Amino acid sequence: MSTNGYLLEVRHVQQIYRSGSRQFVALQDVNLAVKDGEFLCLLGPSGCGKSTLLRIITGLQQPTEGVVLYRGQPLRGVNPHATIVFQTFALFPWLTVIENVEVALKARGVPPKLRTARAMDLLDRVGLDGFEIAYPRELSGGMRQKVGFARAMAVEPELLCLDEPFSALDVLSAEALRGELLELWTEGKIPTRAILMVTHNIEEAVFMADRIVVMEKDPGRVVAEMTVDLPHPRQRRSPEFLERVDEVYGLLAGQTEPEYVELGVAPGEPGRIRALPPITINDLAGLLEHVAEMPDHRHDLYRLAEELRVDSDHLLRLTEVAELLGFATIGKGDIVLTPLGETFAEASILARKEIFATRIRRLPMFRWLLSLLNVAEGRRLKWDIVLRALELEFPPDEAEQQLETVVNWGRYAEVIAYDDATETIFLEEMGRG
Amino acid sequence: MALRESFVSPERPQPEETPRRRLIFRIEQPFGRGFSVGDVVVLIGIAVLIYAGMRLALQAPETVAGPTISLSPRVLPYYALRSVGRMAAAYLLSLAFTLVYGRLAAYNRRAEQVLMPLLDVLQSVPILSFLPVVLLSLSAILPERAAAELASIVLIFTSQAWNMTFAWYQSLTTIPVELREASAIFRFNGWLRFKVLELPFAAISLLWNSMMSWAGGWFFLMAAEIFTVGQRDFRLPGLGAYLQEAANQGDTRAILWGIGTLVLVIVALDQLVWRPLLAWADRFKLETVEGENPPTSWFYDLLRSAHILERLSQGVWRPLSERVDAWFIRRAAAAEARVEKSGRPYLLYLLALLLGLGLAYGAVRAALMLATVPAHQWGEIGLGVLATLLRVSVSLLIALAWTIPVGVAIGTNPRAATYLQPVVQVVASVPATALFPVFLLLIIGLPGGLNIAAVVLMLTGTQWYLLFNVIAGASAIPQDLKYTSALIGLSRWERWRTLILPGLFPYIITGAITASGGAWNASIVAEHVEFGGRTLFTPGIGALIARATGTGDYPLLLAATLTMVLAVVLINRTLWRRLYRLAEERFRME
Repeated sequence: MSTNGYLLEVRHVQQIYRSGSRQFVALQDVNLAVKDGEFLCLLGPSGCGKSTLLRIITGLQQPTEGVVLYRGQPLRGVNPHATIVFQTFALFPWLTVIENVEVALKARGVPPKLRTARAMDLLDRVGLDGFEIAYPRELSGGMRQKVGFARAMAVEPELLCLDEPFSALDVLSAEALRGELLELWTEGKIPTRAILMVTHNIEEAVFMADRIVVMEKDPGRVVAEMTVDLPHPRQRRSPEFLERVDEVYGLLAGQTEPEYVELGVAPGEPGRIRALPPITINDLAGLLEHVAEMPDHRHDLYRLAEELRVDSDHLLRLTEVAELLGFATIGKGDIVLTPLGETFAEASILARKEIFATRIRRLPMFRWLLSLLNVAEGRRLKWDIVLRALELEFPPDEAEQQLETVVNWGRYAEVIAYDDATETIFLEEMGRG
Repeated sequence: MALRESFVSPERPQPEETPRRRLIFRIEQPFGRGFSVGDVVVLIGIAVLIYAGMRLALQAPETVAGPTISLSPRVLPYYALRSVGRMAAAYLLSLAFTLVYGRLAAYNRRAEQVLMPLLDVLQSVPILSFLPVVLLSLSAILPERAAAELASIVLIFTSQAWNMTFAWYQSLTTIPVELREASAIFRFNGWLRFKVLELPFAAISLLWNSMMSWAGGWFFLMAAEIFTVGQRDFRLPGLGAYLQEAANQGDTRAILWGIGTLVLVIVALDQLVWRPLLAWADRFKLETVEGENPPTSWFYDLLRSAHILERLSQGVWRPLSERVDAWFIRRAAAAEARVEKSGRPYLLYLLALLLGLGLAYGAVRAALMLATVPAHQWGEIGLGVLATLLRVSVSLLIALAWTIPVGVAIGTNPRAATYLQPVVQVVASVPATALFPVFLLLIIGLPGGLNIAAVVLMLTGTQWYLLFNVIAGASAIPQDLKYTSALIGLSRWERWRTLILPGLFPYIITGAITASGGAWNASIVAEHVEFGGRTLFTPGIGALIARATGTGDYPLLLAATLTMVLAVVLINRTLWRRLYRLAEERFRME
């Protein structure tokens, strides 16, 4: 039955959304295989399509192209051997803890007595005995996710899929739950054949997985793969561990490229448009100030994430912007400030605005918007009109986010202004430059 | 807009947006658009339906003898039972309609494109204007009593179903994606999904809308129970007919008995049915934290403390639901084993074609019938619409004039609210149509009596919606803004202008939309009455419709009904929609 010992194979999967003549590639030619007995991590920034891939793998969603093979057979509909533990728990708030677990068994036709016994047993195992008749709203996030795990394991899946299961939890609960899951898994206490976890947390991936598949966005694709052959339980402070983490940071943060590659093209031009990461300038300034205090204005990305207490996803968005604006360069998992970045970090608020304004004027997205505004009547444009134009380039949700980012940055730089009452964007008449 | 819609491909999961706020006390206004082709088609469909009814009505008996209504207080329990029975029948019908229609619209994109605009027009149509057509056509094919009973149920149904359907549809389309995915990955069959996911998720919204529908239903039930024109007496034995007969005979004692019974029934239903249901349904809140003020019900607490509910649940409900679940699971498994047949859409296309042809034919015949309406009658219709519009506006203005100050006084004073709110609720729950005969008795002697009575009826039907909304709006004004405006020493007028009125605006608009709908409806019964053996009328579109019913002037009936529907839909689309959108976008306090 099984081919080459693979439990699951993903072959040439593409996910494409079309809008008129434009198309958006959410997943580009993804190939992937999960071995029997493997813990695999899909790691990547938000928007790289890893959650979409998980939904395709479990059969919740049909790919535009390509096939998913489960034990060598093409998957049709929802995979009956897989379950998901959801990021937001996805518990039914009107069912008690035990009912939430039982309902999964009931759907598979397990008779009442057996059902209750099995649910009790699982709740015991995840340490929720005594909370059987509590409602989810009475529980903490960590306990809710335990219910999520108990429910997923109750149906004894061969393939256990985890969709960022720890990212909505506080640090301590997340850590505890990770350990408990690993214990169940490594000691063979659950009949699960393989685990597939989606995450954007680099450290988490290195801590748990046997193999990491690194994904990138624009378009969503697999860019690298690495094996983590450290024995469990893994030591976070050990040099081997840190080396692996640094390696992944290097893969994900990439390398600063020549400016014309980094900037991309303006909307409407042929070529790749650089989507602006949705961050606030305050966060960017905080990052730059912090790095500026380091020797040589250089810092390790992994340590930076820890010191600033931001998750790796957020940090990578910030470094991407720093790179894009020429405030820093990235290489080998390190960030180094450019002289301009140092100047920005040390400047007064007004001077920062000046610097920021000159930098964002170089971005194709701003060049495009400013030239539109310059020819517009009264140098103002309705929000909806600009949005409509951006929707030719981005999926609608993304277009909205892009426009919000552009307007936020433009307001900070006092280059453009926005009037909420009339919903119009206009050129700042003070005209700095 | 077109771009956004075409972008969503069927295989794409819903975009993960923050779940929209679930609004309960309002008419749902899901389509922020003006007039469209869909509306025209729907309006033509309505015209054809009325026309078909009219054709049937040609065979309606010339005279319809109403039942003898006894004024003895001893018949009141029986009459109350009859009235409640009609309401319950219509409500069950509405619920069934809601579940089927809403599900179709929510899960079938093609159906959605037809069903939702249809619902949108239907809910803004003045339903009472159909009463004569429905009564006449049904009395042509059914025995008189059965026709009147059925007409009242149909009428109440049409007043109850739409908002419930919207609520259900909206709930279905806003179920969080991850809950949907969880039910798919754990292989819930259709039944289990309905029972564990869809119904609980929609429960609270469905319940509130049921309460609203039920309250609105009384208004139409009373209207249906007291409808008499010319030689046609369509009354039904029930509380409404009792009150009318009592007013007719000037029997004050009977009037008091009747009103007392009506209030008692309404309060009892509220306390013994709706409140317990609300308290019970609190568990279906999606919130992941404990609510602060969960709804309470003494009756529910009583049932719970007597362990009746628990015993019922253990002994009857659980085994029963277990059986039902098991049956559905077996059925789903069997269905999975069978090879799926690909459904052929030909039959559907054929049906659609036939429907289209029927619609076209009906439209032509309806147009031909309309062509026979002489010009002077069209003039009369135009004047009638204007006169009724004037009355509606006056009643709305009067309602605004008193509800805003009173509502703000109650809403900003929590202590007043606690003891005034229940009183207001009870008063408001008495359907205006039930009191109409009583008003007539009091006012009819005055000059312009019926004119005043008509406005008063519209007012009693409309003011409560406004008052409730103003109270809700006033209590929603954030405390810190109130403090701030007091601190910076705004004058009373300034405070109203900058804080209170803008804060109230969305609530007033929401209330006014419902209120004006109610006022148009009231015109049918208010402008033309048979009272104490006399026929009284005051110029208006409602009077025209009633007169056409009485004399059997079917072309006029068709023309007048259609004009009224069109006028109201137009006003909704041009005036209210726009104000509503303005309120949504500019004046929301968040």
